[in-house]
Amino acid sequence: MDNASEDRPAIEFRNVSYFLGNGSALLHNLNLEVRRGETLVLLGKSGSGKTTTLKLINRLLTPSAGEVWVDGRSGSQWEVIGLRRRIGYVIQETGLFPHFTVEQNISLIPKIEKWPAVKIQARVRELMQLVALEPELAKRYPRELSGGQRQRVGVARALAADPPFLLMDEPFGALDPLTRSELQREFLALQKRLRKTVVFVTHDVREALLFGTRIALMEAGRLVTIQDKHGFLNSREPLIVAYREAFDTGSSLERCP
Amino acid sequence: MNVWQFMLQNRSEIVELVLEHLWLVGASTFLALLMGIPLGILITRWPRLNKPVLGSANIIQTIPSLALFGFLLPAPWIGARADRLAILALMLYAFLPLIRNTYAGIRGVDPAVVEAGRGMGLTDGQLLFHVELPLALGVIIAGVRVATVISVGLATIAAAIGAGGLGEYIFRGVAMVNNAVILAGAIPAAAMALLADVGLGWLEKRLSPH
Repeated sequence: MDNASEDRPAIEFRNVSYFLGNGSALLHNLNLEVRRGETLVLLGKSGSGKTTTLKLINRLLTPSAGEVWVDGRSGSQWEVIGLRRRIGYVIQETGLFPHFTVEQNISLIPKIEKWPAVKIQARVRELMQLVALEPELAKRYPRELSGGQRQRVGVARALAADPPFLLMDEPFGALDPLTRSELQREFLALQKRLRKTVVFVTHDVREALLFGTRIALMEAGRLVTIQDKHGFLNSREPLIVAYREAFDTGSSLERCP
Repeated sequence: MNVWQFMLQNRSEIVELVLEHLWLVGASTFLALLMGIPLGILITRWPRLNKPVLGSANIIQTIPSLALFGFLLPAPWIGARADRLAILALMLYAFLPLIRNTYAGIRGVDPAVVEAGRGMGLTDGQLLFHVELPLALGVIIAGVRVATVISVGLATIAAAIGAGGLGEYIFRGVAMVNNAVILAGAIPAAAMALLADVGLGWLEKRLSPH
């Protein structure tokens, strides 16, 4: 990366809208910046446009209007495969390749990019250690793993070619509460070390406050507000207040015997 | 004379007819694979072609086999030899299960897996060969199995246009009102269909990813 691009936002949405074929809008005129090395959480209900926003970054969707800039280049200036190889992608359902072992899942992109075999092996070992997977699991198939292990493989696979960006779509949403909080803690530690630019989608306020350098609150295809943790906790914005109240109720309920 | 005596007496002719039958089925299925699987892949990429392609294959399937053999008779080069004609007709019949299963197999791959593959930057070709085809292989082989079993049965009718195969005995037996002769054609044909079914069924199970 050249130094000039370090100053620009890592990802930038400029007047981005996304319409379905029937004309209904999933995203209205979104303007958003993601800073280098931060974790930006997109928080919102289902249908608020957070997943759409995420998929516009790696061009699984193409904006109907406006442009998404990544690394100082607009979407149309990027060659789409090259763009995606710079962006790790983790989804709730993991999307692991069921016919590949853990090792093969993690090493697919390095293999396609023709890394030498020795380097691939070392990388797989390194990544499995990074996401706390026992080395014995390398030869297992996804169906032989627990939900938490599968999601760890998903994260390791996304990190395989060391992309500077990471997009995560409710990665821990389908896990049981204990496994979820274990993975959340580990991911937090991991992110402190790796300093990737992360865009993280969730509907869970607790998760948003845990990971978010900043939190972008979305509602019905629009960005309502974007706040850092402190701002989010003190905002008078009615929707944030509503989220906070739901969260407070939740946590006080948990405090009950 | 019962069927076993008849078959024993005419064993060299039966071997010849079995080989002819295998040729008709093998060549037509092979050609159908060569075209049907790419067509099935094509319609997953261009959904607009889905209806015309599957529709045509469907219509071909509804043409009575004897009529199809007849329709193809005037075709140049093909019509010159009965076995070419039979192979063409059998190939056309094999299209539907092959195209349909290839399409269904690829479309049946878990959307999350496809999305993850695209999202990580696989090209369409890489997605097809590393992910979609391996995962669809079981369903595709199931289509090959259906196509082959149908073809073994249909190939008996090819004898009506002089293409040979085990249908020779069946037609001759019907003309002679001789069950032994009919069975001498029908039993090996049935055995062949069963073998193809079991063999491809085994392959289907082995190549299914789960």
